[in-house]
Amino acid sequence: MTPPANNPPTPANTPHSPVESGRVKKGRTALATVRFAGDSGDGMQLTGDQFTDTTAVMGNDFATIPDFPAEIRAPAGTLPGVSSFQLQFSDGLVFTPGDRADVLIAMNPAALKVNLHHVKKGGLLILNENAFDKDGLEKAAYAANPIDDGSLRDWQTIKVPLSDLTTNALKEHPLRASEKERCKNFFALGLMFWLYDRKLDHTIEWITQKFSKKPEFVNANIAALKAGYNHADITELMPTRFEIFPSKLESGTYRKITGNEATALGLIAAAVRAEKTLFYGSYPITPASGILEGLSKHKEFGVKTFQAEDEIAAIGSAIGASFGGALGVTGTSGPGLCLKSEALNLAVITELPLVVINVQRTGPSTGMPTKTEQTDLLQVLFGRNGESPLCVVAPRSPADSFDMAVEACRLAMSHMTPVVFLSDGYLANSAEPWKLPDIDDLPSLRAAHPTASDAGTFKPYQRDPRTLARPWALPGTPGLEHRIGGLEKQNISGSVSYDPDNHEKMVLIRADKVARVAQDIPPLGVRGPSQGKVLVLGWGSTFGTIHAAVDEVNAAGQGPVAQAHLSYLNPFPTNTGEVLKNFERILIPELNLGQLLMLLRNRFPEIATRFVGLNRVRGIPFFVSEVRQAIEEIL
Amino acid sequence: MEIDLPVSASRPKYTKNDFVSGAEVRWCPGCGDYSILGTVQQTLAKFEIPRENYVFVSGIGCSSRFPYYMNTYGFHTIHGRAPTVATGLRCVNKDLSIWVITGDGDGLSIGGNHILHAMRRNLNFNILLVNNQIYGLTKGQYSPTSPAGKVTKSSPYGSIEHPINPLCLAIASEATFIARTLDTDPRHMGAMFERAMRHKGVSFIEIYQNCIIFNDKAHAPVTGRDTREDRMVYLEHGKPLVFGRPDNKRAIRLNGLHPEIVPFDGKTTQNLLIHDETDPRPNHAYLLTQLVYPDFPVPFGVFRCVEKPTYDDLMNNQIAEITKKKGPGTLKTLLYDNSTWTVP
Repeated sequence: MTPPANNPPTPANTPHSPVESGRVKKGRTALATVRFAGDSGDGMQLTGDQFTDTTAVMGNDFATIPDFPAEIRAPAGTLPGVSSFQLQFSDGLVFTPGDRADVLIAMNPAALKVNLHHVKKGGLLILNENAFDKDGLEKAAYAANPIDDGSLRDWQTIKVPLSDLTTNALKEHPLRASEKERCKNFFALGLMFWLYDRKLDHTIEWITQKFSKKPEFVNANIAALKAGYNHADITELMPTRFEIFPSKLESGTYRKITGNEATALGLIAAAVRAEKTLFYGSYPITPASGILEGLSKHKEFGVKTFQAEDEIAAIGSAIGASFGGALGVTGTSGPGLCLKSEALNLAVITELPLVVINVQRTGPSTGMPTKTEQTDLLQVLFGRNGESPLCVVAPRSPADSFDMAVEACRLAMSHMTPVVFLSDGYLANSAEPWKLPDIDDLPSLRAAHPTASDAGTFKPYQRDPRTLARPWALPGTPGLEHRIGGLEKQNISGSVSYDPDNHEKMVLIRADKVARVAQDIPPLGVRGPSQGKVLVLGWGSTFGTIHAAVDEVNAAGQGPVAQAHLSYLNPFPTNTGEVLKNFERILIPELNLGQLLMLLRNRFPEIATRFVGLNRVRGIPFFVSEVRQAIEEIL
Repeated sequence: MEIDLPVSASRPKYTKNDFVSGAEVRWCPGCGDYSILGTVQQTLAKFEIPRENYVFVSGIGCSSRFPYYMNTYGFHTIHGRAPTVATGLRCVNKDLSIWVITGDGDGLSIGGNHILHAMRRNLNFNILLVNNQIYGLTKGQYSPTSPAGKVTKSSPYGSIEHPINPLCLAIASEATFIARTLDTDPRHMGAMFERAMRHKGVSFIEIYQNCIIFNDKAHAPVTGRDTREDRMVYLEHGKPLVFGRPDNKRAIRLNGLHPEIVPFDGKTTQNLLIHDETDPRPNHAYLLTQLVYPDFPVPFGVFRCVEKPTYDDLMNNQIAEITKKKGPGTLKTLLYDNSTWTVP
């Protein structure tokens, strides 16, 4: 979960208890990382989700990360077809899905091959023995069977004939043989439930509802789940069983949430609080499509989703909706943002409120569509013609996506500016517990619109003296007829102007307007000492990893190391310089080649040499160990 | 579907001047756009629709300066994208009268995709496509409607491209109202604009326009004073396609699938092609688009006017239906759904 900005560090999590050989031991562990891997058709995401839901209901904090291919169904059993899901849960607070897994359950040889490096040395491998046949090994390009050839000697390997056991358990069930075999993911889930002493009732209830129209599937899946659990219990298959006590989470009502879900809910909440229609124009693109899909379900809020013919139409329609007085939002990922650039500039020069969701993925070009990166920061700041200032915000966790989506809408409407919301593929699909906000605590976002009574004095570019926002006058209002557009406008009157001095003035006003947004955002907070040797500064989805790494360093007595995280990337909070100047070294981990680093060096040249980058672009989040190591290196 | 629009009775609510913004019009002297602008202003003055309910949306090009000259709401957007902005606006405000002003480059080249989808979706707005077969604002390159072989600044040895017929695109997209008119006939233009205003759904009007600087007299072989009687045919619903000078009246007859010109005695309509703008199938309208100079007279008027639910109505109706079924949403039920758990 994401704690409030200044939460005290948690005690370091104790490592996973070593597993002893021989008789089953009952162990206790503070945290565990488990990984489910199989073919795209094996239902691994669903299995992982069920494990997560049960873990949530049992009171543990958690973080998840799915890892799936862009291919819908690559040939069964092949390496490109592998789909995985990782979850870390704990009796304390959890900030990341875990660097490497304690336990991997692999449904076939390809799943083992793709995922083995995600498992700790000494960790447990539960392998579906039935799939390790000649055909399966060939598809995974194994020359020899890894179960027998000694290559897995650094791990503990448990062979389970998952397919046979499932089919046997379902002998009496009225399903086809192939349908029985497909229940093996629930058998596997049963094994894992036993291993971590989880209750079965939540999943049983879910199966009952999910397949309510097909009772034979309800019975078979429940039978497979119980068979897996009982198999582990009776055969003493696994050497140790772990117990994880519930976390001491703040009291409240929680739900599991992914970044994309939270973004969609945040947009709806903002529209409700603004008493406006939410218009979401979007063109399907991984990993942003979930927001379009999520919003399209909520017509009872009057949400208008428009699946446009392309990325340009998506933003164009959102600008049109905004011109009409709705809350105009468009959503995409990096390549789509490239296409939107020209229209985004139209929103900049017409000074209309607009929220642009960019769920970043690896680039350039199509890159690795399902993999995460933070490489669009400079694009959203500078990737347009002309001097084109706009606001940029970034959520730090799945749940924080709700709050930052509301923030993006608030700033867009109160400052008459486009706001880019920089999520990423990791946040989009990762899940964590979300402590639900008190509805009444959400800010009112009511925007002011000039009315017919302002007709005598209305000027389209007359500005609010504090924010420099221009009035949001809506078509249909008598007496306020005016024209806006992409051509430079005369200040105040809004007529087309080619006057050199006026253009320069307008460029400066637009820049000042965006800079003044800093008046209305919270200051940058610091977790830990407010001055000292090392500050780790991040933005976006690296928050949890940095948090965990800083906690580890401090718990090991190597600190104190402080953490700060920028939710607002343009403009920066007004105290940013003050905060940074109090530290000798500022480590900036980013999933890019140093984009925030470049901005900060330029903005604060007097401390430029204090900044140290930690930059990886592998399409996956940082490991806690990488960040920790980088901190140790500069301590 | 025709919508009842309040028309000014004895004492008009508006005059043409009420729709003149006062911004200095910067089209070249003699540009066909002046007549289009004046006719639009004149047409709007005939109705009692409040002036604040009109929005003119345009892209880039000479014709796209249009909104600045209208004393209404206006949005001069970016190249080719006017239909997208109009789409969003239409979706969030059902009361506005929205006009998209575009040209052959803006609408058919850079914005071809958007115009196609706006027509396919049957969004309730009017598209005026000003076709002068040339890129004017960029000073004289060939456009997607320039004829093959056209010598321009960017095709000094003649264009090697085949032109697109805008009406074919409209018909392929099954636009519900499709018409053609010309800048030199304000009376006909006004009639077409009025029809478009009354049509519920997307209206697409191609306007033959003369670019006096870069493509002067491009349409003159058809619409010229000396030739138009023989080379233009005005479409009238339920009537044959009659054209020609009084001493040489002719009409169109179908020979199988092929049109042919036959003499017309002023009475006998048997065997002649009778215009039916309400035909729900696009075949008839498409056939009319194939009447081209120099083999046939070029048709002007309403090619097609049919009913279909509009995108905006479908969107609003779906929302109303779901809201009725589920009840209006509250944030409490949205956030606190059935997957929550409580930590004491």
